[in-house]
Amino acid sequence: MGIRFILMVNKHGQTRLAQYYEYLTIEERRALEGEIVRKCLARNEQQCSFVEHRNYKIVYRRYASLFFLVGVDNDENELAILEFIHLLVETMDRHFGNVCELDIMFHLEKAHFMLEEMVMNGCIVETSKSNILAPIQLMDKAS
Amino acid sequence: MTGPSLMDSLFQRTLEDLIKGLRLHLVHESTFISKSLDEIRREVRSPDLDTKAAAVQKVTYLRSLHGVDDSFAAFPAVELAASPRFRHKQIAYLAASASFHSATAVLLLLTNQLRKDLNSSNEFEVSLALQCLSVVCNLDLARDLTPEIFTLLSSSKQLIRKKAIATILRVFGEYPDAVRVCFKRLVENVESSDPQTVSAVVSVFCELASREPNSYLPLAPEFYRVLVDSRNNWVLIKVLKIFANLAPLEPRLAKRIIEPICEHMRRTGAKSLMFECIRTIVTSLSDYDSAVRLAVAKVQEFLVDDDPNLKYLGLQALSIVVPKHSWAVVENKEFVIKSLSDTDPNIKLEALRLVMAMVSEDNLSEICRVLLNYALKSDPEFCNEILGSLLATCSINVYEIIIDFDWYVSVLGEMTRIPHCQKGEEIESQLIDIGMRVKDVRPELVQVGRDLLIDPALLGNPFLHRVLSAAAWVSGEYVKFSKNPIELMEALLQPRTGLLPSSIRAVYIQSAFKVLTFCLHSYLFAKEAVASSSSCAYDLESGAADSIPERGCPEGSNLATSEALASSEQNEDFSRRFLCQSVEDNCTENDGDTLVAPGPSSSSASLNKLQFTRGSIINLLDLIKTALGPLAGSHEVEVQERAWNVLGLIKLVEQEIQDTPMQNEGKFVMEELKASDIMKLMHDAFFGELGPVSMSAQERVPIPDGLMLKENLNDLETVCGDVQLPTTCSFSLGKPHFEESCGALFDFQKKEELEPSSESTSMLAEHRKRHGLYYLPSEIKEITSSDYPTANESKLAISVSDDVDYLVKLTEQSLVPKKKSNQTKPRPIVVKLDEGDGVRIAANKPESKNDLISGAVREVLLGNEGIPTSSQGKHSDKLSSKTRGKEKIAIVQPLGSTGLLANAANSELANSSPRRSKHVSHGKEKKPRSPRNNAEGCEERSHRDKKKGDHRHVKNKARRSADGCVNVVAQTPVSFSVDVICLLLSFYIFYRIVIVIIFIVRDWFFHVTQYETHSRIDVSQFVNA
Repeated sequence: MGIRFILMVNKHGQTRLAQYYEYLTIEERRALEGEIVRKCLARNEQQCSFVEHRNYKIVYRRYASLFFLVGVDNDENELAILEFIHLLVETMDRHFGNVCELDIMFHLEKAHFMLEEMVMNGCIVETSKSNILAPIQLMDKAS
Repeated sequence: MTGPSLMDSLFQRTLEDLIKGLRLHLVHESTFISKSLDEIRREVRSPDLDTKAAAVQKVTYLRSLHGVDDSFAAFPAVELAASPRFRHKQIAYLAASASFHSATAVLLLLTNQLRKDLNSSNEFEVSLALQCLSVVCNLDLARDLTPEIFTLLSSSKQLIRKKAIATILRVFGEYPDAVRVCFKRLVENVESSDPQTVSAVVSVFCELASREPNSYLPLAPEFYRVLVDSRNNWVLIKVLKIFANLAPLEPRLAKRIIEPICEHMRRTGAKSLMFECIRTIVTSLSDYDSAVRLAVAKVQEFLVDDDPNLKYLGLQALSIVVPKHSWAVVENKEFVIKSLSDTDPNIKLEALRLVMAMVSEDNLSEICRVLLNYALKSDPEFCNEILGSLLATCSINVYEIIIDFDWYVSVLGEMTRIPHCQKGEEIESQLIDIGMRVKDVRPELVQVGRDLLIDPALLGNPFLHRVLSAAAWVSGEYVKFSKNPIELMEALLQPRTGLLPSSIRAVYIQSAFKVLTFCLHSYLFAKEAVASSSSCAYDLESGAADSIPERGCPEGSNLATSEALASSEQNEDFSRRFLCQSVEDNCTENDGDTLVAPGPSSSSASLNKLQFTRGSIINLLDLIKTALGPLAGSHEVEVQERAWNVLGLIKLVEQEIQDTPMQNEGKFVMEELKASDIMKLMHDAFFGELGPVSMSAQERVPIPDGLMLKENLNDLETVCGDVQLPTTCSFSLGKPHFEESCGALFDFQKKEELEPSSESTSMLAEHRKRHGLYYLPSEIKEITSSDYPTANESKLAISVSDDVDYLVKLTEQSLVPKKKSNQTKPRPIVVKLDEGDGVRIAANKPESKNDLISGAVREVLLGNEGIPTSSQGKHSDKLSSKTRGKEKIAIVQPLGSTGLLANAANSELANSSPRRSKHVSHGKEKKPRSPRNNAEGCEERSHRDKKKGDHRHVKNKARRSADGCVNVVAQTPVSFSVDVICLLLSFYIFYRIVIVIIFIVRDWFFHVTQYETHSRIDVSQFVNA
């Protein structure tokens, strides 16, 4: 499994989206999120975007007030994950139009659907923005 | 709780209301959440699906962001999934994938719904079901839904196909038998024209190959085509990962792929792909010099980049390359060292690892110097990282890289003095370890220990207490190398030792005991020796007269000490109350003195004999008495008991030592006798050599006959009841001492003696028995040849005392075999145990699931090659693809279960006699993997080369079905899945017989199947092309 989890956290450390690709209990998730967020938020712009934590490698990137954190296996390609984060942000940007934290808060489901189109079972399955958004827009129209 | 009313449904809070509410109630968030949860609990029971959907939606939100327990909503979610409306399904499946896991109970209820949706004509419904399945899949679901997924693998809709591919990975993991059914279709997808499908399938193979690469070697041609043709970076990265796993297994493959990878590296502008190329080369293709040079050149580009990410990755790549190509790091040495002071702790850490990887015998001291300088300057965390990695690197393989131990021991002392040092424990164990293993270094070790002990500042740092304890132990154990035992004694008894925890204080006192024994012993025996010659008078007089004129001579420091002690004795006479303070004064005074006066540099042994005068010994005894007197009443058992040991010994010998000078010589010798005997005894007890003991030594001691270790001791209590009295009696010896110690601490001398000799020796014996850490078994004396063997000698002979002959084997030692001849200083002998220095790792089997998957994969792949072995997988494919309808599931399942046996039997068939296939079973999975892996390549080729007649195949199968029953009975199940398979096996024996008959008929009819023509795979052909 390449990607283990994807987190979006604001600068105050509040989780805005959490998607796990392996099962962890609620307590384990809480502990993990707490540790990771503490580690990553303490870092500054001049430092690199990779943090090793337990048996994960965390690749993170900050966009405005929101941190995107992706936990991956140790042999995953860090730069590719950074590109993936960027792709995710661009996709959301295209869908919501200038995406911000509030968009994700109020449309958490949509964000999850987008992620589902992009990542399955920890593998990246779709990297084209229009392909990702097509089913979501169809569903929007239908409902 | 009441059921939901119409009003509830009408005025239900939507998810958006909930989110707004959460934002409003920032302060009382938890109460708001629990209130909402109550509402939701009510709403999920509503018969109205819309209400239920909104409730499920809300609880999913609360779970994923606020960690709320949503198990109560599991069943409603399943209900909702059955709704005809797409929107409801969407909510339900999202909830399921957010909170269900493979052990959720309601999953059983979801099976049929999932099957229905997987067969749906609406592609979005199918994709929802697939998504959910990929998260919640368990064994049952995987088994039941494999046929559906098999169909979807070749769906014409790209959206569905790629999701089915991604799901299959999970299915394989849960249910390895699915491999037999689906693997072919999966492989076909690699050649798909649709890039998304290829991307998904390559990801899946990347995952599979990372677990067990061997089985996927036959697919190399397909991957190679992707590597050459694809222009999608995502796909290329994954394919490179696959090849990184495959290349080490097949050298010819490595030769083929090296060129395309270099080509990608030259061409691409994407850093991610570039990095993946670099990583592939440095991990798996490091034998190809030109490629490595190119990769290192690219790494250099990364290193000089401003982006910290690239810097970090560049360093990482270097650390992979360094074991084989150290030149790569040497070229970038400057940069690496500079990175040690980077702003980013991760980069610093990576640079540190790299520096440590560069360490060798030659540059160790230089690197240590640099790193210790960095450690002094850097923050506490990184400082300890540096120290930790230095300590770890130096101790690798019993200090393999260290040649100059004197230097290393002094470095250990230096580390202790670094303000942030928190590595007390490691330094402690290394000091003791080196002391025991390396004879030559002991004088220096004692010197370092002394420096640590006399530094009162170190006592204040709790992290260093362990180091001090090691220093104290070393000083006590090897006191014969000490230049000034009296000074050592003062250090061990200085008042600030009160800061130490009691366990370490006990070590201090024990060391003081050893030092005292040593001093008295050398005093008494030196005197005996000189007594015979007439020159003793001078010694005695000079001591008694407390004369000062020799201050300038090399022994000045010693004399100064005794002088100071004498003054402290006077102080004691005046007022014993201020005693502690005065001793402290003395200590500091002495420190000053010894620091100024250069220590005597001649050999310590000869000096020691001259060192102790009667006056100095008496002062020493007084010092100990005053320092330990208060401790005799300590509440810490360890401390108290040890203090008593020392005091008891003093009491024994004191009288005689004080009296003797007044006697004439003849009498003197006679009266000394008792004290001398005791001292000799004590000295012998303490100063036997301690050697390291193998970790497994205890196991090798044979249990004596008649010793029942596992006997039930319950009835011992009744026996103990009878002997209660005697046991308390045996303790009564110590009891009066305890009272005495509490009562009169300073009137010690006036107390009557209570069999001190027997008491102290028995207590001593107790100690040796109890205090495991510093008392290694004294029986093991390693007696090396009188002069040290030279460094080039490879074996060190050891003789062990007679009564412990069986321990001989434990301490067989060997030296580091390879030595450079041009060293200026020969490396001292390091005692090494043949084993037990490292933790022994029990041979452990990795999860059997991967084995099952790869076994199945291998069967499917190999099945393509040899006609005789292409049995089950092919047929099951054929069957399930051709027979549609209800019976399909029934057929596929038994096939799967028999297939495992068939797999094992097939692989066995290739290299052994057919008879062995009878024993083939799941037990095969238990065998160590490595021989099988190694044999894999040739086994495969031999498979391909062998073309066997069909009759063999049929015969084999028939026998296998006949053996079926035997297998079931004889096997011991190795895992749960095997259990299940056994169960199924016995269940479907009847089916199997029928199926085998069908197969035979089918084989006869369709000689050439679509798969044989379609995807015959041959690595050797491909590679040689």
